[in-house]
Amino acid sequence: MSEHLTTGSMSRRRFVQSSGALLFAAQCPVGLSRKAYASGAGAMMNSFVRIDPSNVITMLANNSEFGNGAYTVMSMMLAEELDVDYRSIALEAAPTTPEYYSPLFREYLTAGSVTTGSTFMPMRTAGAKARAMLLEAASRDWGVPTAELSTVDATVQHAGTGRISTYGELLEAIHRLDIQPPETVTLKDPSEFKILGKPARRYEGAGKVDGTAEFGIDLKLPGMLYGAIARPPVHSGSVVDFDATEALAMPGVVKVKAIRAGVVVLADSYWRAQKARAKLKINWDRGANDGVSSEQFYADYRALADTPGLLAEDIGDAIGALDAAEASGNVVEATYEMPLLAHATLEPMNCIAQVEGDTCTIWSGTQYQSNDQEVISRFLGIPQQNVTIHRPLMGGSFGRRSSKTADYTVEAVEAAMGELVPVQIIWSREEDIRSGHYRPLFVHKLRGSVDESGMPEAWHQVAVGQSLMQGTKHDPTYMVRGIDIYSLDGCLQEPFGVFPYGTSYQIPNHRVESHNAPKKGIVPQEWRSVGHTHTGIAYECFLDELAHKGGIDPMELRLRLTKDHARMSRVLSVLKEKCDWDKPLAPGRGRGVASRIYNISPVAQAVEVTVAENGDFTVDRVVCVVDCGFAVNPLGIEGQVEGGLAYGLGGVAFGNIDIVNGEVQQSNFHDYPVMRLPQMPKVEVHILPSDEPPTGIGEQATTPIAPAVANALFNATGRRVRRFPLSSQGFNLV
Amino acid sequence: MKLEVNGNEVEITSEADTPLLWVLRDELGLVGTKYGCGIAQCGACTVHLEGRAIRSCVTPVSAVAGKRIQTIEGQASDQGLSPVQQAWLETDVAQCGYCQSGQIMAATALLSSNPSPNDADIDAAMAGNICRCGTYPRIRKAVHLAATLMSEEQGA
Repeated sequence: MSEHLTTGSMSRRRFVQSSGALLFAAQCPVGLSRKAYASGAGAMMNSFVRIDPSNVITMLANNSEFGNGAYTVMSMMLAEELDVDYRSIALEAAPTTPEYYSPLFREYLTAGSVTTGSTFMPMRTAGAKARAMLLEAASRDWGVPTAELSTVDATVQHAGTGRISTYGELLEAIHRLDIQPPETVTLKDPSEFKILGKPARRYEGAGKVDGTAEFGIDLKLPGMLYGAIARPPVHSGSVVDFDATEALAMPGVVKVKAIRAGVVVLADSYWRAQKARAKLKINWDRGANDGVSSEQFYADYRALADTPGLLAEDIGDAIGALDAAEASGNVVEATYEMPLLAHATLEPMNCIAQVEGDTCTIWSGTQYQSNDQEVISRFLGIPQQNVTIHRPLMGGSFGRRSSKTADYTVEAVEAAMGELVPVQIIWSREEDIRSGHYRPLFVHKLRGSVDESGMPEAWHQVAVGQSLMQGTKHDPTYMVRGIDIYSLDGCLQEPFGVFPYGTSYQIPNHRVESHNAPKKGIVPQEWRSVGHTHTGIAYECFLDELAHKGGIDPMELRLRLTKDHARMSRVLSVLKEKCDWDKPLAPGRGRGVASRIYNISPVAQAVEVTVAENGDFTVDRVVCVVDCGFAVNPLGIEGQVEGGLAYGLGGVAFGNIDIVNGEVQQSNFHDYPVMRLPQMPKVEVHILPSDEPPTGIGEQATTPIAPAVANALFNATGRRVRRFPLSSQGFNLV
Repeated sequence: MKLEVNGNEVEITSEADTPLLWVLRDELGLVGTKYGCGIAQCGACTVHLEGRAIRSCVTPVSAVAGKRIQTIEGQASDQGLSPVQQAWLETDVAQCGYCQSGQIMAATALLSSNPSPNDADIDAAMAGNICRCGTYPRIRKAVHLAATLMSEEQGA
């Protein structure tokens, strides 16, 4: 079984055979670009399933697993239609070829909480088409009608004759009878689901309790050298010269050399490389960012916010309404300031690279393989297909491993150039905090008014911060009239660019502007829930200010403002009931609410806090209601909600990166604190039943928690926080 | 230098000041123990020294010569996963999973000194173990379940 099964027209050429295994392909009813079909990439196209004669069923996964549950939901989808146990499926990271690009992004990218939604039909279709071929093979081989056959636990069975064959055993018949994938296939009706919609434990969970799960940092290749990089004190600084005499005399040190990222020490163990790095004497050119400070960012951005920005939306006459309302004293004005944030994945960035002739192989935990491949191929001047990427599991990502500059990847390639062995670069925690990429600092200036009934009448918002997309290859897609659509995540009432959604609230006069702050000091990077991480605070807290001004209960206000948005209305109504919103709280306690829509899924959270005289506070209870369409894995969703809000809560409570004279001041978890177990609130998750297609949940819960807590602190104390984190304003989460 | 790791005596050649973490990972290939911070702030490197939880990233290997060291790789036995590991699996605690070796080692040490901890005991004992995925609610749940499994095991 070694020749290729490539008979039939090109359009039906959808599976190949290699090494005794069949690779099925699925023609997906949704989400595939026409270009991908027409490219004639052939039998590998959109091919997710391989079955080998010993009945091992392998899924090729084109979404990364970094805690998000991608491998679980994808294997569940495939297993459902193929009638196998999802845990029995073997899994391989799919290669970095266009046929595995995301149908949404047209790149090999796991981001935006779209994995479940974008794979729901393709993976099920892949399973169903493979199953159809197996049924056809059994039917023709056994001379029985397909309708009399059933599939159970990776076998085809015929009740009448008692015949039974494993899927693997039917490969020979598929080959002999030249069975081709069907053009179309009927997927199971949701009422027939045995796996989807049921709580399922993590696919790769077992290896994560016995220490065998393999992360990038754990890989060890024969002869591999470990590299530790001394990085410039200021972002984009560079090496003038260095003295490595002492470092080279240290045990295990093989080489010291300058690369663009700094000076790299190569040694036979990571500890030895780290230790020798401390002995380097380096003269740095501090570069253009010397003198940059985050306080100056705030001052500059506040000044910019007072000037007209690029106009994103102007519904009604917000300026006119606000000016008119001034006379009646119905106007509120506030400026919200959100700091730089590091991602601080627990597994620090790392990458293994090997460069041999005009080929390069990397082993890298990455959300963004096609970009890594592109950046490396450009750097080395080799064809993109000569760059092979092996993708291990990742110890968290939260956006950090979707680096557009491929920073931690291409530097490993540079360090490996000229070496005869693979080189692994591992970042220390200090490098991660000081030399990483950051959620950009943002200032939002808001002015709003309420009418005689107390309802918001006009809203004018000006956002200022560094754009994520400006000047990148994504500029044409995500910049609209010069405005980065992520800078205004969830702030707009009308569709904007590729975003069909914004806020669910309807305010009659609504004007939103944006300034792209000068690109300097840092590299801005997506941070779990992207723009919502700052827009959510500005929008939801200021809405609370308007509720207070108008004398309307904040929950009631949100219910009224979303009355025309069926899904958010339902979420808020359920939340109001589940969180006992109307139940009075003791003095010193407070309640807050916030609701956001991220990638179609509406999410709302209500929190209860207790605040001590000295500002120490606890978050006692979080009730979260989500509508993420059909809930593919309720157990996974619950985990993503709990974890997502923990990430957001730590960020708003004490997440802060300061830059002084170009240098990041924080360095490790002692001065960049993150959530710990005692600070974790009790969380109640309510997943609303839905027949709508599944949408995302990985980032949705991260956003509302921050404003909900800030609003609850106001409710408890009457003090409104407008500069974050909360710890900088005397509120300490304990 | 000789170490006793997971019941096996091993001879190692790393320098005396090398943190136990890197000896385990780079020299002995026991990579279930993780590097997270290097300054005893995150707990990813937690192992047991004579049954107590320690941070291997700040423990020079010379300080543990001849002493009994247990890592995540030594938790399961011929009978299968330890009760804490079982509880972790059943509760579906892990997300990215990177911190969970350390969490499991910290929980195991807690339960060996306090077989039925309450939430406050758990919070206090596990505060040094960071989980960036925020699996904390399930960690609490899993420690309680592990306590139950262990008491059932002893009762059996």
